[in-house]
Amino acid sequence: MNVLGIRLPGMSSLILWGLLWEAVGQFGISFFLPPLSAVVATLYEIIGTPAFLKALSETARAFLAGVFFAIAIGIPVGILMGKNRLIDELLLPWVNIFLSAPLTALVPVLMVLFGFGLKSIIITTSLFAIWIIILNARAGVMQINRSLIEMALSFGASPWAAFTKIYFWAALPEILGGVRIGVIRAVKGVIIGQLLISIVGFGALFELYSANFLMSHFWAVLLVLFALAFSISEFLAYLERRVDYYAAKR
Amino acid sequence: MDMHRTEAGGVPEPAVSARRISKTYGHVEALRNLTLEFPRGQLTSLLGPSGCGKTTLLKIIAGLLEPTSGEVQVNGAPVTGPGPDRAFVFQDFALLPWASVLRNVAFGLELRGVGRTEREGIAEKYIRNVGLAGFENNFPHELSGGMRQRVGLARALAVDSQVLLMDEPFSAVDEQTRRKFQEDLLGLVAEENKTFLFVTHSIEEAVYVSDQIAILLPRPSRVSDVIRPSGLRAKDVADIRRDPEYLDIVDQIWASLRNYVE
Amino acid sequence: MNRSLLLMNRSLLLKLLSAAVVFGAWEIAGRIPVSFGFPTFFESMLALANMVGDGSLFEAYSDTLRPLVIGLIISAFLGIGIGLWIGLSSWFDWLVLPIFIVMQAAPLAALIPLLVMVYGIGLTSKIFVVCIMAMPVIVLNTAGGVRNAPTNLKEMGRSFLGNERDIVLKVIIPSASPIIFSGLRLGTSAGFIGAILSELKITPTGVGDIITYSRSIADYPSMYAAIFSIIVLAVLFLNLLERIERWLFEGNVRGYASD
Repeated sequence: MNVLGIRLPGMSSLILWGLLWEAVGQFGISFFLPPLSAVVATLYEIIGTPAFLKALSETARAFLAGVFFAIAIGIPVGILMGKNRLIDELLLPWVNIFLSAPLTALVPVLMVLFGFGLKSIIITTSLFAIWIIILNARAGVMQINRSLIEMALSFGASPWAAFTKIYFWAALPEILGGVRIGVIRAVKGVIIGQLLISIVGFGALFELYSANFLMSHFWAVLLVLFALAFSISEFLAYLERRVDYYAAKR
Repeated sequence: MDMHRTEAGGVPEPAVSARRISKTYGHVEALRNLTLEFPRGQLTSLLGPSGCGKTTLLKIIAGLLEPTSGEVQVNGAPVTGPGPDRAFVFQDFALLPWASVLRNVAFGLELRGVGRTEREGIAEKYIRNVGLAGFENNFPHELSGGMRQRVGLARALAVDSQVLLMDEPFSAVDEQTRRKFQEDLLGLVAEENKTFLFVTHSIEEAVYVSDQIAILLPRPSRVSDVIRPSGLRAKDVADIRRDPEYLDIVDQIWASLRNYVE
Repeated sequence: MNRSLLLMNRSLLLKLLSAAVVFGAWEIAGRIPVSFGFPTFFESMLALANMVGDGSLFEAYSDTLRPLVIGLIISAFLGIGIGLWIGLSSWFDWLVLPIFIVMQAAPLAALIPLLVMVYGIGLTSKIFVVCIMAMPVIVLNTAGGVRNAPTNLKEMGRSFLGNERDIVLKVIIPSASPIIFSGLRLGTSAGFIGAILSELKITPTGVGDIITYSRSIADYPSMYAAIFSIIVLAVLFLNLLERIERWLFEGNVRGYASD
């Protein structure tokens, strides 16, 4: 949007919303919404405390492990599906089902099978992320321009060289796109896992704060979470744009 | 058509005139100080290499773009936006994918608030005229590229504007269809008492269909030449391409354009 | 069976084979058993049949679907409305779009404890959970679809003298509707996640109650059966939406190209 001929940067209205939040908080309209300044002050207080750091590190560990498994399993499976029709036809229905299924319903099963700990949360995170990664890697391989592969083969490329020099790079934009969406889903998965298995990480912190009505503590943690999630997603979008140039020109 | 012939050389008075048109996008100069007249009842081609601003000029005349400076007049009145005196035929057809052929052809009338029965009657007539009878209830994706452009043409004819603006209308159809279109266009120019503005990048096409060819050159965009083939209109459509005048003009245009091809 | 028939049914056969392999593996894993909490496939299906037979499953779904359906209806109307406004107005886009971009990236489930504090443990909170999960994607898709309506169609509308309202109603909205509809489908999928989450997290009702209760009394076949049923329901419903989508917008997808 332009005001007085100056283009306002994209996310600048968030400042306005922050001011509105502060005003609503200052007027004490709702007990549940303390002013932004109080939340930020609380954030400074708790950000170095052992409880917060413990929650953050537990969450980060579950998140990173979950994302790692989702990528390490998802990309090869997706590429395999893209290259082999039989595997594709056997797996695709399941991938599609789990892509749109309400995975929250599976968390109780994980709790029964893997206990109330880190393991269940890691699996929840992976389950949220993996399906879209598989699907995008598959799509990336399937849309590779036939003439690129024929070009490589006609110049005498070995199958391995064709794979490392053509397939991977040609599918990279789609693969990265899948990883980006997968990681955003993983952030949601790790929080949902922690909420349902509410004795670890931020889940435990939320329980503690809401049980004691510590509103500014609660909002401070929310703010950190949202900011982290948003930064991760923007960072990945930035990476994706950097490979976009050749995605467009294929 | 004789009633329009006011000048001594047999050129009818202009239906559309562009006066000192300039258009810049930021620092890019698309058109500079361009002046051109379009005789009434005739077909004028805007011919030139890509990047010479021919589509920009057409969209300015259509009222879809505003010139940075200069003025367009249609029948003596300045253009301030799209108007009922002009109808546009789009290069990529611009058909509504969710609407039937009948509704697409009637869409211009629909936007003008013509009642349903009346506009569909008119649309049916023009669908027959462009040779699409029987396809009224088909959807654009069920038609070939050539048939889609016939829909676009019928839509422009249905609103009965005096000026038809055609933006490379045949560039997205195959060569055979294109030739048929060109023949049909000649028939249309003869029958309908309309003024045609026709953008193309094909020299042969321009010479084949035009009463007047304006050659536009890029950097800066300008009209380098206006050619009026004299003897081609009287010829049979099948003989034009063998006519010495046709061949000469094609050669002459190519000679003046070849330096501008990258 | 002749060869062409075999080829025609190849995809169906492979689907059946694939299902047989997965359910077979489930059956075998349950028989070993891999865990005390892992019933066999047939035990679970038997439990499902029992729940269908005594009607308890339908009762549970009438509870589960209420917040889901209400939440989805609210999200659809509000989401499409806000999305249209964002797509059509640059100042509203500037003001509101960032909120939804952040919402789309953020783990909104973390708001649940807060919603419970504010609205209690009743229906309102659950509807809210469905809404915050479902709405961002509906808003973003609608806004994107409206903003990316093909320029050539908009120019066509203008050159044939359509006024602002005509162009919005007859050109922009129809051309955005496939994207809006797929936003609704994605929103529905997210809404299912929210509905189950709220039943597991806020108060056990409906299917969430069956899951929680049978877990607490270690009736694992019933628990698996309930989870199986909700996944099947969600997948079937979303498949239905996808089919409707394909049927409605078949021409839209192919008709733009000037091929």
